[in-house]
Amino acid sequence: MNQETKFMLKRLAFYAFIFTVVAWIVIPIIISTLYGFALPKDYYDPKKVIPTSFTIKYVKTLLFTLGALDGIKNSVIVALITIAISFAFGIPAGYAVAKFIFPGKDTIKLSIVALRMFPIPVMAIPLVILYIKLNLIDTLLGVALAHTAMALPFVVLITSSIFAGVSTELEEAGMVFGLTRLGSFFRITLPLALPGLAAAAMFTFVMSWNEVFVASILTLSHRTLPAQILSIMAGASGGAAPDYYKFAAAFIMILPAITFIFFARKYLVTMWGITLK
Amino acid sequence: MKVKSSYIPYLLILPAFAYLLFFVGYPLVQALYTAFTQNGQFSLATVRKTFADPYFWEALKYTIALAGVIVPTQVGLALILALAVNRAFKGKDLTIYVLTIPLTISDVAAGLIWYSMLSPSGFLNKLLLKIGLINQPIYFFGYQYRHMEFLAIVLAELWRATSIVFVIILAGLQMISNEYLEAAEVFGADYWTRLRKIVIPLLKPSIQSALIIRTLFAMQIFGIVWILAGRDIPILAGEGFYRLTELKEYDVASIYALVIAGLSLLLGALYIKFMKAEYLEVRR
Repeated sequence: MNQETKFMLKRLAFYAFIFTVVAWIVIPIIISTLYGFALPKDYYDPKKVIPTSFTIKYVKTLLFTLGALDGIKNSVIVALITIAISFAFGIPAGYAVAKFIFPGKDTIKLSIVALRMFPIPVMAIPLVILYIKLNLIDTLLGVALAHTAMALPFVVLITSSIFAGVSTELEEAGMVFGLTRLGSFFRITLPLALPGLAAAAMFTFVMSWNEVFVASILTLSHRTLPAQILSIMAGASGGAAPDYYKFAAAFIMILPAITFIFFARKYLVTMWGITLK
Repeated sequence: MKVKSSYIPYLLILPAFAYLLFFVGYPLVQALYTAFTQNGQFSLATVRKTFADPYFWEALKYTIALAGVIVPTQVGLALILALAVNRAFKGKDLTIYVLTIPLTISDVAAGLIWYSMLSPSGFLNKLLLKIGLINQPIYFFGYQYRHMEFLAIVLAELWRATSIVFVIILAGLQMISNEYLEAAEVFGADYWTRLRKIVIPLLKPSIQSALIIRTLFAMQIFGIVWILAGRDIPILAGEGFYRLTELKEYDVASIYALVIAGLSLLLGALYIKFMKAEYLEVRR
């Protein structure tokens, strides 16, 4: 075997590997989507690996009869409140970490990184008792407050890396020309950081949209979408939902998340990477 | 130039910090109180009750077993993927995007998606039947197939959460300066030598970071198990959830929350100790 064929074979093996990996990720998504729209006779036909006749009946039933539409509404409200609160608290903190030098900064950064991993979802169990006292149980605000606790460390980390990317010179130039520090933040830094902040908002949205444990524990009638799906599909009351509803549910849940991350994918590394500017 | 100032940064950080402190501190205190008192008196009755329940030990066992199988496999898999992708080739951006898609998919959705692959009428069974590799479906679900349910959870988790590890390791790989690798190449080191002597050692912080993130999240595993196996395979978060929502046993549920928090703190502390030793090594 000469050098050239060896090289070609290596390339071929490499692309075969990449193709396998991509197929491994993509096929389950495609299959569950197809099955979500398939007629039951196709799904239960052992000879039909890929269904050929489709219906939107089950997605419709899920949305309008089984309460998924209300779940979507609730999920969006919870996610928007979560974004509002976590940005109100997170942006100042992220700005401080990015632009100031002060004693104890490393400790604070480290604790924020550590809090990102603390099992806040599970801490919702004891939170129930407080929520009952405060009449926050089974309210969307209550869920959003808990989601904020989960999202806040991420928001601080992302915003701090975004603000670190905005040059301080511009801000100083603004101050030389008569802006106050606050004015130069709102007139110069914030507009420049806007695309990054939009990405951070999308991440926060997806995090809240996907969260199921807190939402299932803290609500009963005002369920978010994942909590609603979970109570239909699993658990003591409804484990027997027909299979095709499960696939329709998966489709409804993943569509917005995948769309959002497509736009915000540049910031994935900031969110999960180990660098912390 | 960064700005030096006395109190402004603290003032800016304080609200976020106080918020987090409250949402970590309050539940911890409340959980301790609920778990260890009865009618206002200190009591170990709830602890005894929880420990006498075989489900508790099963849940502990399965949570650790799942983490033990899933997390090392994910790190190995992600390492291979990151090394493969970290070079110039046609379709690189698309491949990386596809590999990060599962990052956006919730545990509940991932469970449902893998149910479509593995159910008796699912894709995998029908495919294998069609090409004649099997004569009857492989059953993954149901109490009598618990070991297969375990496998299904592992498959779904590998699919869903390898992305996080992949992104972390890829970020670490991209920070490794090419000069080291070129220098090694000049001195005649082949690919495997470079990998073993340069890339892996420099990648250690990323690998450890990924390991700890995945391990700690694995302690809270819930949605995927709840969808695919229900209580056939008990897990800590699932038992806590069941005790609270179905039986309204706030005290027992609090113990489950405390056990998960305790496990996380323990693993986190071990990790920080581990990391520090690693940093010293690098500095030397």
